[in-house]
Amino acid sequence: MNRLADALAPLGLMLLLLAAWELACRLTGVPAYFLPPPSRVAAAAVSGLPVLVPAAWNTLSVALVALALAAGGAIALAVLVGLSPLLERAVRPLASALQVTPVVAVAPLILIWAGIDHPERAVIALAVLVAFFPIFSGAVTGLRSADPDLERLFDLYGAGRLQRVMRLRLPAAVPFLMEGLKVGAGLAIIGAVVAEFAAGSGGVRGLAWQILDAGNKLQTDRMIAALVVLAVMGVAVHAGLERLERAGLRWWRGR
Amino acid sequence: MGSAVALEEVEVDYRGRGRALGPVSLDIEDGEIVALVGPSGCGKSTALRLLAGLEPATRGQVRRAPGRGETSVVFQAPTLAPWMSAAANVALPLELSGAPKAEARARALEALERVGLAGAGDSRPAQLSGGMAMRASLARALVTRPRLLMLDEPFAALDEITRRTLADDVLALWSQTRPAIVFVTHNVEEAAYMAGRIVVLTRGPGRIAGEVRVEAPLPRPAGFRTWPVFTEAAEAVSALLARGAEAAP
Repeated sequence: MNRLADALAPLGLMLLLLAAWELACRLTGVPAYFLPPPSRVAAAAVSGLPVLVPAAWNTLSVALVALALAAGGAIALAVLVGLSPLLERAVRPLASALQVTPVVAVAPLILIWAGIDHPERAVIALAVLVAFFPIFSGAVTGLRSADPDLERLFDLYGAGRLQRVMRLRLPAAVPFLMEGLKVGAGLAIIGAVVAEFAAGSGGVRGLAWQILDAGNKLQTDRMIAALVVLAVMGVAVHAGLERLERAGLRWWRGR
Repeated sequence: MGSAVALEEVEVDYRGRGRALGPVSLDIEDGEIVALVGPSGCGKSTALRLLAGLEPATRGQVRRAPGRGETSVVFQAPTLAPWMSAAANVALPLELSGAPKAEARARALEALERVGLAGAGDSRPAQLSGGMAMRASLARALVTRPRLLMLDEPFAALDEITRRTLADDVLALWSQTRPAIVFVTHNVEEAAYMAGRIVVLTRGPGRIAGEVRVEAPLPRPAGFRTWPVFTEAAEAVSALLARGAEAAP
C-alpha cells in the first residue's frame, strides 16, 4: 500500500499542477501564444510527434557519440597522467580551466573552426568538451583508489607499469569510471542542446532547433512540447544509466 | 642452512614523524619461523616491509637472499581484488611473473585446495567469509612456493576459534615446503604457539628488547597450549614486553 502511494505521489502532484494550469488558462483567458493550456501542448506534442522523435534521436545520438569520444579521451589521458606525476601537474590547471569555461562562450569559436558547412561537428565537439571533465576527474581518482597493499603486492612480484595499469589500477577504477560516465552522459545531453542553440541555424535539427524554430514562430505550444520531450529523454537516459551502474557495480563486487 | 634475510643496524626515519624503527639487527634463517611482537606503533610492520624488500632502510644494511617472486606477504586484511574470482586472485602472482594462464589457474586451484578452499575457486571475495578470505590470501602467498613468507597480523580480524585453526593450518602448510616465516603479531599466545623464536620489540621507535626460543616440535602437537614450555615462553615474552614498554624512547 505504501509503495503504491509512493509511486502515485509524483503522478498525483503532476496531475494537480496540470489541472491548475489548465484551469488558470481558461479562467484568465490568457492568449495561447503567451501561455497555452496543457491540452493544447498535448495536442501539439501528438501532432508534432513525427518531427519530435527524429529530433530527439538527433540530439541523443549526438550526445552518445560525444560521450563515447569524451570517455575514450578522458580515460586515455587519465592513464597517461597516472603514469607520470609531472604530466598530471602539467595537465591539471588546463583541465580545470576547460571545466570552468562556459560552453556557450566557447561555442562561437568552435563553430567557426568546424566551418559553416559542418555545424554538427561543432555540436559534437562542444558536447565532448562538457562531458570530458567529470569522466577525466573520476578516472584520475579511480586509478589512484587501488588498495595500497595490493599495490605492494604488485611491487613484490615485480609487475611492470603496463601490468599495473591493466591488472590493478583500471579494474580498481571501474566504480569511479561508471559514476563519471553517468554524470558525463547527462552533461553531454545538456552540452548538445546548448551547442545546438549556439549553432542556431537549421543545419542541426535536434530538439533545440525545434524549440528555436517554434519560438521564432511564436508557437509556444510546440516549444513546450519539445521541452517535455527533452525532459522525458533526460529522465529516461538517467534512469537507464542508473540501472546500468547498479548492475555494473554488482558484477564488479561479485554480489 | 643459510640466512634468508638479515637486518644489520637498520634504522628507518619517516619524514615528519621522525624515527620509526631501530637500530635493529636481526637474522632470519632459512626455514625458521620467527614472530615479531611489540606494542602498537613500535615499527613491527615497518620491520616486516623492510624484510620483504618493500621499503628501503634509512641507515644500515638489509641483506636479502630470496630473488624476485620468492618473497610473499599476507597482509592484515585479505587484500583480494574484489573484481576477480578467488582462483584469479591466487593465480595473479604467477601471471605477473609470466606463467601461462592455464598453468597459473591449475596451480591456483591446487593452492586453494591446500588451504582447505577446494571448490571455492569461482567465488568472488565478497562471497567468502572472513576466515575463508584469509585462507585465499594465504593460498596466494603460497602459490609461488616462496622462500620467505611474511605475515602481518594476519589473523587480527578473526574470531578466536578461526585464528586457532588457521594457526595450525599455517604450521602444517609450512611443514610441506619449509619457507622462512616472519610474522608480526601483538598476541603473545599466538607468537608462542606458532614461532620457534620470538623477537620482542620495545615501544616505538622499536628496538630489540630480547628474544625467546620455544624448544618444541613444529607443527605443534595436540594440547601444546597446556605444555609448560608454551606457558613459560608466553610468560617470558610478556615480561620482555613489559620491560620494553618501560624503556624510555
